[in-house]
Amino acid sequence: MSATIATMEKATGAMSAAELASARHSRETVGDFTTANPRMTCRDVDVWYGSKQAIKGVSLDIGKNEVVSMIGPSGCGKSTFLRSLNRMNDTIVGCRVTGSIKLDGQEIYDKGLDPVPLRARVGMVFQKPNPFPKSIYENVAYGSRIHGLTNNKAELDGLVESSLQKAGLWNEVKDRLDQPGTGLSGGQQQRLCIARTIAVSPEVILMDEPCSALDPIATAIIEELIDELRQNYSIAIVTHSMQQAARVSQRTAYFHLGDLIEVGETNQIFTNPQHKLTEDYITGRFG
Amino acid sequence: MNNPAPTQSGATPRRTIDIVNASLKRRYAQERRFRLVGVFAVALGLAFVVLLFTDIISKGYTAFQQTYIRLPVTLSQDIIDPTGTRDLNAISGANYNKLIRDALRQQFPEVTDRRELRQIYAMLSIGAPQLLREQVMADPGLIGTTQEIWVLADDEIDMLIKGNIDRHAAQSDRQVSDETIAWVSRLEQQGRIAKHFNTIFFTHGTSREPELAGIAGALMGSFYTLLLTLVLSFPIGVGAALYLEEFAPKNRWTDLIEVNVNNLAAVPSIVFGLLGLAVFIGFFGVQRSTPLVAALVMTIMTLPTIIIASRVALKSVPPSIREAALGIGASPLQTQFHHVLPLALPGMLTGAIIGMARALGETAPLLMIGMIAFIVDIPHGFNDSATVLPVQIYLWADSPERAFVERTSAAIIVLLAFLFLMNLAAVLLRRKFERRW
Repeated sequence: MSATIATMEKATGAMSAAELASARHSRETVGDFTTANPRMTCRDVDVWYGSKQAIKGVSLDIGKNEVVSMIGPSGCGKSTFLRSLNRMNDTIVGCRVTGSIKLDGQEIYDKGLDPVPLRARVGMVFQKPNPFPKSIYENVAYGSRIHGLTNNKAELDGLVESSLQKAGLWNEVKDRLDQPGTGLSGGQQQRLCIARTIAVSPEVILMDEPCSALDPIATAIIEELIDELRQNYSIAIVTHSMQQAARVSQRTAYFHLGDLIEVGETNQIFTNPQHKLTEDYITGRFG
Repeated sequence: MNNPAPTQSGATPRRTIDIVNASLKRRYAQERRFRLVGVFAVALGLAFVVLLFTDIISKGYTAFQQTYIRLPVTLSQDIIDPTGTRDLNAISGANYNKLIRDALRQQFPEVTDRRELRQIYAMLSIGAPQLLREQVMADPGLIGTTQEIWVLADDEIDMLIKGNIDRHAAQSDRQVSDETIAWVSRLEQQGRIAKHFNTIFFTHGTSREPELAGIAGALMGSFYTLLLTLVLSFPIGVGAALYLEEFAPKNRWTDLIEVNVNNLAAVPSIVFGLLGLAVFIGFFGVQRSTPLVAALVMTIMTLPTIIIASRVALKSVPPSIREAALGIGASPLQTQFHHVLPLALPGMLTGAIIGMARALGETAPLLMIGMIAFIVDIPHGFNDSATVLPVQIYLWADSPERAFVERTSAAIIVLLAFLFLMNLAAVLLRRKFERRW
């Protein structure tokens, strides 16, 4: 909690930095987008789909051991922003990213940077659970296999077990690791995907509405898991559920039509939003 | 209609459900009519298929049996192996024709007229001595004995026995003379004529003599051609599809390529034959009339089919699988080979087998590259002169002998059987490779 209090104290002082941000902002970001101990730092990020600008000069930090949630109405660009953090947007034809996104001080859009190892460092969990049509074991082991993280079968077995345990799935699947991953329930599949992601020990985990396809019980399990994962990873989560954002995240960023409208400590965003748009959204006046 | 206003007479306004009910009958009638048309269309199609099959099978099944005449052939040592050394060269060069003719002549001691004798000898296939030679060479112990040997009859006799020549027609209206019919009847009464399974049809190459003509040459030609076509076109087609679908930038050039691939799939096949003639035979100097050149032409012809089917199969793989693999740091190639390709494989295989089935039945382009040549020998490799099944069918259909009619149909049966087997293989492969989950 001390980290978040420090962030709050800094918030007022950093306002001027936000004001100095690029003129491309169609709306200024309210609140402090920086964090004391950043893992990823994004400055003036623009994302274009062809001639359409999806993200307009967004600056945001993702700190170590924190969960940053991104909320906003549909089409506001929060998923686009998330996907630009591990260069998943590279696969979309006509998508361009400008500005600076750094992971541990290293520019990830550098020409020389290979997106393949980057994605091993910045893992992703998708909206729809997408386990490979292979066994549960193979799903978790795949990342290690391609990256060569383990040297022998025993190590791999251990990695699979520990990953499934961290994802809270081990007890449910330990007797049927050779069963297809697609045969699990939706919530289990999503936890399998999380296990698959953490098996490669990423530094940052991006989650794109990970619970939108799940029932409340499965959602509660995943949310609990996210809170535990925070101990070891940085997490950025896009969500449509404001309750979820309030429950799992330390900081919240509110996006609106490609702009980052307001960012701040989660409690503050939900109890005392500074911007009119944020207030309208969280009070349910639109969205 | 949706606006049920009160009528002039002041009756209560009609409720929506009444209007719906009123139209319901008409809608159901429409549906029934549509179904009827559908059933009729399917029935019509089935009827034609049944007609086709009955026609082909009724004409062709007789070709699987062949008429033989049982003769007591004296395998005289003096004629076959006068030196007694059992030297295979000597045995091979002996006059087997005389042995058979003598045996046949014994059956008709009363005939002495040379013209009539010639007619008697004509009852036997001109390939009969060769068959006897093979028999003796396989078992030299027969030399010096008298064996009851089933000797291959001429195709005219075969037709007569199978009832394709009307014995009661006027002599001028049939190929076989009255005398021959009398002799055949006599042999039949003695139990010396019988129909045996036609092994020659499956073990020999083609021949001018229907009774000696077989499909082994064409079958092997088709086999080599298809094998090489598959080996060439499947990897190239899948590779091209993979590149175009997953790796190539989407720009005007790839659009142009896509349009052209689709166009190529619709190009008349004879054009590919001309291309093969000009490029492979004319320019690269590949030997004509070989499975090699045929396979090259077929490869170009089936590539568009395989590429299109493979692209469709790749498109049908859910993008979430690609994202999942890329998301944990698989390289694009690993994503394709570990995840996308295995899921797309059943569709690709189906496309490939459809392409192969088309190649198996293709005739026109092969005529251009010399596969129409009359080739008796059975090919033993990709660079031997060969013909293929459909061309063989075409050649036999063109032959004047009555006995080639049933052989044409029989060859069609064999071709259809292979097509059926290939389609079955496609289904089984799909089953095997289709994800079990």
